[in-house]
Amino acid sequence: MMEQLPALMIAVPLFGAFTTPLLKKRYNAAAVWALIITAATLGLSLLLVQEVLNKGILVYVFGANKPTLVLPSGYKVPIRIIFEIDGIGAFMALSATLMSFVGALYSYSHVKLETGLEKYYALMLLLEVGILGMVLTGDLFNLFVFLEIAGIAGSALVGFRNYRGEASEAGIKYLIVSAVASLMVLFSIGLLYGEYGNLNIAYLSRQISFNTVDMIALGLLFVSFAMKCGSVPMHYWVPDAYTEVPAGINPTLLVATYASLYALFRVSFSLFGAITWSMARVGWIMSVLGVLTMFIGVTMALIQKDVKRLMSYHAISQTGYMLLGVGVGLTVLNDPAKLAAFGRDAMAGGIFHIINHIIYKSLLLMTAGALFYVTGTRNLNEMGGLARKMPYTTVAFIVGAAAISGLPPFNGFASKFLIYETSYQLNPVFTVFAMVTSVLTLASFVKVFASAFLGPPLEKYEGVKEVPKPMVVAMLILAALCILFGLFPNVVLDKLVYPAVDALLKLAQYQSWGGLA
Amino acid sequence: MTTTIIKTTTRILAPLILVFGAYIILHGHLTPGGGFQGGAVFASGLALLIVACEDRVVKRRFEKVPLSPLESIGALGFLGMALLGLMGYTFFKNVIANSGFIFGGRTPIGINPGFLNTGGTLAYMNIFVGMKVLAGLTSIVLIFFLLLGGKKDEW
Repeated sequence: MMEQLPALMIAVPLFGAFTTPLLKKRYNAAAVWALIITAATLGLSLLLVQEVLNKGILVYVFGANKPTLVLPSGYKVPIRIIFEIDGIGAFMALSATLMSFVGALYSYSHVKLETGLEKYYALMLLLEVGILGMVLTGDLFNLFVFLEIAGIAGSALVGFRNYRGEASEAGIKYLIVSAVASLMVLFSIGLLYGEYGNLNIAYLSRQISFNTVDMIALGLLFVSFAMKCGSVPMHYWVPDAYTEVPAGINPTLLVATYASLYALFRVSFSLFGAITWSMARVGWIMSVLGVLTMFIGVTMALIQKDVKRLMSYHAISQTGYMLLGVGVGLTVLNDPAKLAAFGRDAMAGGIFHIINHIIYKSLLLMTAGALFYVTGTRNLNEMGGLARKMPYTTVAFIVGAAAISGLPPFNGFASKFLIYETSYQLNPVFTVFAMVTSVLTLASFVKVFASAFLGPPLEKYEGVKEVPKPMVVAMLILAALCILFGLFPNVVLDKLVYPAVDALLKLAQYQSWGGLA
Repeated sequence: MTTTIIKTTTRILAPLILVFGAYIILHGHLTPGGGFQGGAVFASGLALLIVACEDRVVKRRFEKVPLSPLESIGALGFLGMALLGLMGYTFFKNVIANSGFIFGGRTPIGINPGFLNTGGTLAYMNIFVGMKVLAGLTSIVLIFFLLLGGKKDEW
């Protein structure tokens, strides 16, 4: 049973996604069913994390006689599709399942009045499948297939409120960005396949000689994954998509964005990890992109009046921290002394920031969704005095805002502090930009707090009440996680983050499928 | 759009296209093509029939056809065939091949014309994928056709 776990991670949500369209008779049947499926997947992913922590890399060969039969009957190369799950894959899978569960819980009330809900939940589960497949797979073409699944399900969900013109526009935009990115990915996979005749990442990384064609493939993969994770200057789709998607999908869509970031790391550290040409240059590019992303994102956020759009620009800005952290690690990858001194911690900061950001940004976008739910507007100038009416939402917002601004003792502080300390040792300018960005983030969230929650109660919101319980519970779960991760960062770092970092750094183990060949 | 030319052509071509689609689906494990391609061919035959008929005839015919459940069943069947492999082996393991069940005949070694009764789960998966694709594509064509409604004669 335990050895079938990687297959079940895909099969269970896929089963949920295919059965949900049949449940259109009652309005909440699909919602409850999606909740059950996401909860089951969350349980499976917890088991998966435990397995990976205990046993190291998990390998699952599809269609073989045994899950671990990578090279059957004397083959020299792997021919089947292989799932290869190491620390970072398990880490991303846990984030994806947790966020899908919280999103399903939130959606139960948030989209109750919309039509076509069975399709909404089916697409949501498909999006989850796409992310899980992307982060668990060890096969390049399989990565492309799941990237497409996530992209198509995501764009359909972005355009879910199709009675709004903006939603359709954002959906088309997301669709085009995904299509361009995944075609570029497909093209570079084709280059690599034509050269080496195999698609397995571990096998390819041993073969790659880094000639001109490989360089083109690396460039295309890097740019297309950077485009899908919303790094400057390819960030233009993020604000539209995050603003228009229903708030219950926001957590899953965030993880979908970071699944592309994961793919970027996988390409830089595993696929092209063994080349003799130093990856330091790619690391510098990644760090500089990170700094630009965080600074441009936050300056554009400052001037927004739409609450969800403001938070979406912050999502761009926070992605910069992850790129910076991991980019610093990649820069010193071939320098063992520096890697031990600060590179590993920088990467830990970057990867820790992924889960922290997913948690608090989902929380913030959910509070924005709650504001939209009660007021029917997202314009900050039209809101005011809602703190008394919606105490739980207010508390959740304060926790989220403090976490994103990097105030202790919330989780944002833990990961940002790691990034400040380590990026300073590579180049102090990076740290200056990172800290200024944090201050500006705080400033813009003070603005949101003052205009939406404080001030005299407005007449038109006389009758508003706190949002329904499922939404409150979903927000409070994430707020509690924000505080817990901030109070005990060392537990999370030891159990989840450092295994993920080491998985990226220990290339030899990944290349040998965890010692199987 | 519905002219005598289209109607007459459809009368001759549609049965051929539908049979050809079914052939591609069923022989997916032997010849080029498979569930997706066969399903698309089958759906194009249905599209031809839809175009050749009047609005209300199409509406009446398709009222009772469960296209959306058919799509779900196709996908679930595919997943179910993959899950069969979990009985002792792995996900997607071809457990029916060489087992003597339908489509489970022993595959002869060497050059041969190809035998339909082989392939194991592959054949079943082709059928399920074909079912899903033909239901999905047909419903897309149907939606476009009904959206266009009576306006279709303007151009």
